[in-house]
Order: sequence, then structure tokens, then C-alpha cells
Amino acid sequence: MSGLALEMAAKALKLNIPLSVQLDLTYRCNERCVHCYLDHDDHGEMTTAEIKNLLDQMADAGVFYLTLSGGEILMRRDFFQILEHARLRTFCVKLKTNGVMIRAKEAKRLRALGVESIQISIYSHRPEVHDAITKVPGSLRNSIEAVRFLRTQGLHVVLANVLMVQNAADYKGVRALAAELGVRCSLDPTVTPMMDGDRSILSLNVDQAALREVFRNGDLVGNVEEFCAPPSAVEADDLDSLPCSAGHTACYVSPYGDVYPCVQFPLPSGNVRHTRFVDIWRDSPQLKEVRSITLRDMPSCSKCAHGATCTRCPGLAYMEGNMRGPSSQDCEKSYARTGIPSENFKARHASQQPFQSLKLVQIQGLQPANQNFAAKAEQVHAVGA
Amino acid sequence: MKSYRYVARSKSIAARALGDVTMVMSATDSKLFTLDEIASVIWQAADGVTPLNEIVANKICTQYDIAPEAALKDAEAIVEDLAGHGILLLSDQPLAEQGNSRGGTL
Repeated sequence: MSGLALEMAAKALKLNIPLSVQLDLTYRCNERCVHCYLDHDDHGEMTTAEIKNLLDQMADAGVFYLTLSGGEILMRRDFFQILEHARLRTFCVKLKTNGVMIRAKEAKRLRALGVESIQISIYSHRPEVHDAITKVPGSLRNSIEAVRFLRTQGLHVVLANVLMVQNAADYKGVRALAAELGVRCSLDPTVTPMMDGDRSILSLNVDQAALREVFRNGDLVGNVEEFCAPPSAVEADDLDSLPCSAGHTACYVSPYGDVYPCVQFPLPSGNVRHTRFVDIWRDSPQLKEVRSITLRDMPSCSKCAHGATCTRCPGLAYMEGNMRGPSSQDCEKSYARTGIPSENFKARHASQQPFQSLKLVQIQGLQPANQNFAAKAEQVHAVGA
Repeated sequence: MKSYRYVARSKSIAARALGDVTMVMSATDSKLFTLDEIASVIWQAADGVTPLNEIVANKICTQYDIAPEAALKDAEAIVEDLAGHGILLLSDQPLAEQGNSRGGTL
């Protein structure tokens, strides 16, 4: 994030403005990725009119960065109507898609509508690996074709890769593919639990050895020595620091109108079908509680050596049962980076409680329980070029 | 005969008021800009049909303690700068509305 963007984020924080929103338009999808956390049925998505009204409300509330995601956004027949309305309200629009339904015509339209960037999921440069993850034969070919159509229009494209056991050896190949296509790429080393609390897909996460390798790749992390350095001591100022932008300057809205602090933080905070967006943002007791939490309020993390440098995700902590607690997946990453165990790891080791025995919370939406944990905006999970 | 300059917001940008400034991002290069209070006033009034000198006279000189000639000179420098980044369109003839007049103010 640039200095100016950080300055604007600080200003939004001070003014209590939701600068960034991820809006999932649908959970329906034309792929069936093995690591996906979504229920792909439609339990009553917002209508076109409801979404346009929500966009108006979000513009009036000060939302600038709007990420449209899913599910597969182009599964909605009204997608371009929605996008057109979003651009009419001058949002900075980013799209997350698998690109399978983007051909020359769609790419041209995206260009005409002034989309800022398009993130396309690519899990491997090898069809046999990518297509096995998406469970759709030919999906890699179609996604790469989409990238070429978008690049022909001069659009900014990012290949989004998720590291898991199936593709652990392929991230360098994806980076080479990105270079060949003239686009950027990112790598997220975290597979998160399913929306209903099912944690079986966590078994797809790569092991410590693979994490260590990724974190020591200078092409990915920049200065390896700095990135993997032992954590600096926790200072008094650190104890007053905020965990991340979730609920502070950013939030997430599901296809059913449920509002959460973040796509990865399934704390139901209101529903725009019943309450105005800005009223949820300003008055929701849940969002107020999230905003009240600093490192000082976290019993384990405030005493942890990694307290000041950890990428702890409050949403993953919440899914482990306590939004003031540690996020074990981030403890794993801190350990892989530095070789120094977190307080949480030490406590678990002392009690001989393995990571896999953690009890995760069941996620309850205000509408039929659905939530997308696709990616967490502005949190340092992804390492990329 | 007096010449007029017309300004219109580009439709390829993203913009939002944030307190007393306006955030603007160009879709062509993803560069982020902020417009200060006076530039924000010009931005909001840039409908493509109101001449710049009228915007300055009616929206700036009535709100701020500044001489009309100096205000117009400053405004011309601002719009030239914004036009250089593709954020505003400049013309000697009226322009069709290029952006959204609702703008998303707070």
C-alpha cells in the first residue's frame, strides 16, 4: 500500500468511514475447488435492485474500494448491471473471478467500465494439477485465455494462488506463467475452515517445511533476513495497536445481505435487508466490540514474542472460539518464519493439545448460514510479487 | 470575444470524498491522488457545461477569501494538472457529463 493510501486509511479510521468493502454477489460457482469453504447453493441472494440500493448506501457512507467476489461473480446474469451501477457511483472496483466466463466481449466491457483490477485464481501452471483442484477439466486453459483477453484490453490482472498440498511444488511455475502473461501474482499460504465450521479442509494446508521454503524465497518475500528475523520486543505502543482493518475501515457483505467485519471474520453484525448499511457500520454492537480490541486485550498474544510482528487474523482467532485469542494458523506461520514458537504453541505443547484437536466455532449468519472466507482484504496473509 | 474553458470529470476514474478531501484513482494506471478542499470544489462542480470562471466565481470566491483573478489562475493550474493525469477533461466547448453527478459525498 502506498504512503498516500496509508494516509487515507488513517483518515478513514479517524472519521469511522468504511473505506473498503468486499461484496460477494453469489456463492454459486462453476468450479468446485477442493479447498473452498462455501456452500454453493443459493439461499436467497439479494436481487439486482437490492444490490443497487446497497451500492448507493455504501457510496453515501464513504466506501471507496469495492471488491466484487463470490462464488463466481459472472454466474449472476445481472453482473454487468451491478458493475455498471458501481462505476456510476465511482467506486474503485476490483474483481475476483476464475475467469472461465470472460471472453473477448466481456473483457472489452470490463475495460469500458473502468475496473481497477481483476484477480484470477490460478493454482498451478500444469493443467493436471489446476484442473484437479477446481474439478473442472479445461479450467486452466479457460482461465489463462481470460487473462489474455483482459491483457489485450490493457486491464490489470493478478493471478491469485493458494498454497496447498496438491500444488506445493508449483508456485514457481505459476510465477513464471504470470511473468509470461505480463501480470502480477500473489500466493496465499493459508487454507481456512469452511463457513459451517467444518475444518476437514485444513488438512490441505502445507506443512512447516513447505512454509519455511516459501518464507525463505526472496522472490516472494523480499529481504529474507528481515522477513525471517526474530521478532522485536513488544513495546507499550504495540499493546495499543489495532489487529487489522476488519471492522475498523473495512467490512464484508454476503450475497444475503449479512454484514461481517471481514470475509474471514464470520461475526454476524447486521443485515442490510433490515437495517441501513451506515447504521450497521456505526452502531452494530458486534463491530463496536471488534473495534474495542487492542493487543493489550489479548491474554496470550500480548505476552507472545511475536506480538508486535505477527500477522494474526482476528477472524481465524474467532473461528477458533475467541476473537481475543491467538490464531493458530498464524502461530504456525510465525514459527515457520522465525523458528521461535508462539505463547500459544508453548501452552499447547505443555498441555499436549495438538493443532488438529482445536474446536472451531459453528458459523451462524443472520440469514441462512453462509459466509465466504475467500481472502481477507488488507491482511498480510498473502505474500507475492 | 471572451473564451471559456469547460471541465468534466473523466468516467474512467474512481472517486470519493473523505472528510474535506477527495480520493481519486485513475483506472488507467491505478495511481491514487487526493484533492484538497478547493480542488474538491472544482471537481464536484466539473459538470462539463459550467465554464471554469463561473465555477470559480460561484463556488470558490463566495466561500473563500480570495481575489477572483488569483482564484482563476490557481484553478486553471489545478485543472491543467488534473487533466494531465486524465482525471479531468478540458475543452473550449461544453462537454457532455462524463462522470456521476451524485459523486458519493459524505
